[in-house]
Amino acid sequence: MTTLTSTRPPVPAATPSRTLAMIERNFMIYRRSLTPLLSAMVEPVLYLVSIGIGVGMLIGDVAGVHVRYPAWVAPAILATTAMNTAFNQTSFGVFSRIRAERTYEAILPTPVSVTDIACAEVASAVINAVLTSIGFVVVMAVAGLVTSPAVLLAIPASILVGFAFAAGGLAVTTFLRDFADFQYIQLVMLPMYLFATTFYPLSTYPAPLRPVIEVLPLYQSIQLIREPALGAAGWSQLLSVAYLAAFGVAAMWIAVRRMTRIMLS
Amino acid sequence: MWREFGYWMTQYRRTWRGTIVISVANPLLFLLGVGVGIGHLVDRQASVPLAGVSYLAFFAPGMLAAASMQTAFLEASNRVAMAAGPDGAYRGATTTPLSPAQIMGGHLLFIAFRVATSSAAFTLVMLAFRVTGGARALGTLGGALLTGMAFAAPAAAWAVGLRQSRHIHAVFRFVIMPMYLFSGTFFTITQLPHWLRPIVYVLPLYHGAQLCRTLSLGTATVAGTAVHVGVLAALVLAGIVAARVTYRRRLHP
Repeated sequence: MTTLTSTRPPVPAATPSRTLAMIERNFMIYRRSLTPLLSAMVEPVLYLVSIGIGVGMLIGDVAGVHVRYPAWVAPAILATTAMNTAFNQTSFGVFSRIRAERTYEAILPTPVSVTDIACAEVASAVINAVLTSIGFVVVMAVAGLVTSPAVLLAIPASILVGFAFAAGGLAVTTFLRDFADFQYIQLVMLPMYLFATTFYPLSTYPAPLRPVIEVLPLYQSIQLIREPALGAAGWSQLLSVAYLAAFGVAAMWIAVRRMTRIMLS
Repeated sequence: MWREFGYWMTQYRRTWRGTIVISVANPLLFLLGVGVGIGHLVDRQASVPLAGVSYLAFFAPGMLAAASMQTAFLEASNRVAMAAGPDGAYRGATTTPLSPAQIMGGHLLFIAFRVATSSAAFTLVMLAFRVTGGARALGTLGGALLTGMAFAAPAAAWAVGLRQSRHIHAVFRFVIMPMYLFSGTFFTITQLPHWLRPIVYVLPLYHGAQLCRTLSLGTATVAGTAVHVGVLAALVLAGIVAARVTYRRRLHP
C-alpha cells in the first residue's frame, strides 16, 4: 500500500571508499586550475593590508588589547577566510553542480549515494579551507603579525570552522531556487563578516546587543582562532569547539535529508 | 537612444528587487560596520590624518564613491556582455533602426539611472547620520554619479566584445576590489609612504573618492575639484569614444 510518506526516499548510507572517490574527483578538477584557491587568498590579504594596517594606523591601540591593531585583526580575518572558502564551495559550487553542470545527475546512477556526495563535498570544502588557512598563516608570519606560536592551532581550528560553514552552506543550498537567491545569502554573510567582532572588540557594542553577536557562528570561530593566536588559549575555547561541532552536525543532518528528497524523488 | 533606455527601464521595473541588496544594502552595511564600528575605535584617538573630522564623516563619502564604482562596473560589464551575447537584448535591438551608438547610449543612460538612484539612497542615509549637509549632499551625489560613469563607459566598451564572462570576475577581483580598498576610501593616502602615492593618484577611484569627500565635507577647492572632475570626465569620454567603435564591431560585424 502506498502512503504519502513512502514517496520520501530513505536517506542512504555513506560508504567511505565511495566518498573518497568523490573527493578525489573534486581534487582532480581543482588541480586543473589553482586560481580559485589563490583568488580566495587575495581578498583577505587585501583586507588585512587595507583595514588592518591602513586603518590600524588611525586607530593605534585598542582598549583591552595588548597587541597592535593589525596583529589583533589578522587572526579574525583568518577565521573569515576559512569560513568563506568552505561556505562558497558548498553553496555556490554545489548549486552550480546541481543546476548548471548537472554533475550529480551523472554520479547518482553509480554506486555513489547522495550521502556520499554530501560528505565528499563538505570534506573537499574543509580541505580547501585548511589550505587557505595555512596560506594565510604564512602571510601573517611574513608580515610579522604572529605574536604567539599557538597561532598554529588555527590550522586544526580551521578544520572545525570549515566543517561548520561547509555543512551550513550545503544546508542553505538545498533551499535555493535560482542563482538570484544568492543575494539573500549575501545579506546574512556580509553583516556577519562585518559585525562578528572581526574589526572591533565585543566591548564596542552596548551590553544588551552582545549576546546577539555571541551566538553568531563566525563569532565563535573568531574566538576559537584569535584567543590562542594572541597567546590567550583557555577552557572557553572548548565552548566554541562544542558550538561549531553541534552547528556543523545539525546543518549536515538537514542537508543530507533535503538533498535526498531533492535528488531522489 | 531613448528607446533602448526604455527597454532597460521596462525590464528593470520587473527585476529591481534583485538589485537592492548589492546596490543599497551592501554599502549601507559597510557604512554601519566600518564607519560606525571602526569609527568608534578611531575617534577615541585624536588622529592627526583626519584633521578633526569624525571617521564616519570621512569614510561615508569615500564609500559612496566606491559603491558607485561597484554598481556601475557590475551593471556595465555583466549586463552588457550578456546583452551582446547570442541570446542577448542587443540582438533584438540591432534588427531595428537603432544604431549601435544609440543602443550604447541608451544602455549607459540606464546605468546612470541605476547609479543615481542607489547613490541617492546612500546620500539620504548620510544625511540621516548628519555627516553632510543639504547643498553639499547634492554636490556629493553628482560626484558619485560622475565616478560611476567613469567606470561604466570604459567597462561597457570592453565588455561588449567579451565572449567569456569569467574575465569579468577576474577584473572585479584583481582590479576593482584592490582599487576599492586602496584609493583612500578607508584611510587617508597621506598615511602611505611617499613612493606609493603617485600610484594612488593615477587610480580613478582616488579622484572619485576625493571629489565626493571634499564636496561632502565642504572642503573642496576650485583647483582640486577641477582636476578630479577632469580626470573622471576624460574617462567617461574616452569610454564613450571606445564604446562607439566596439559596439559597432560587435553588433554590426
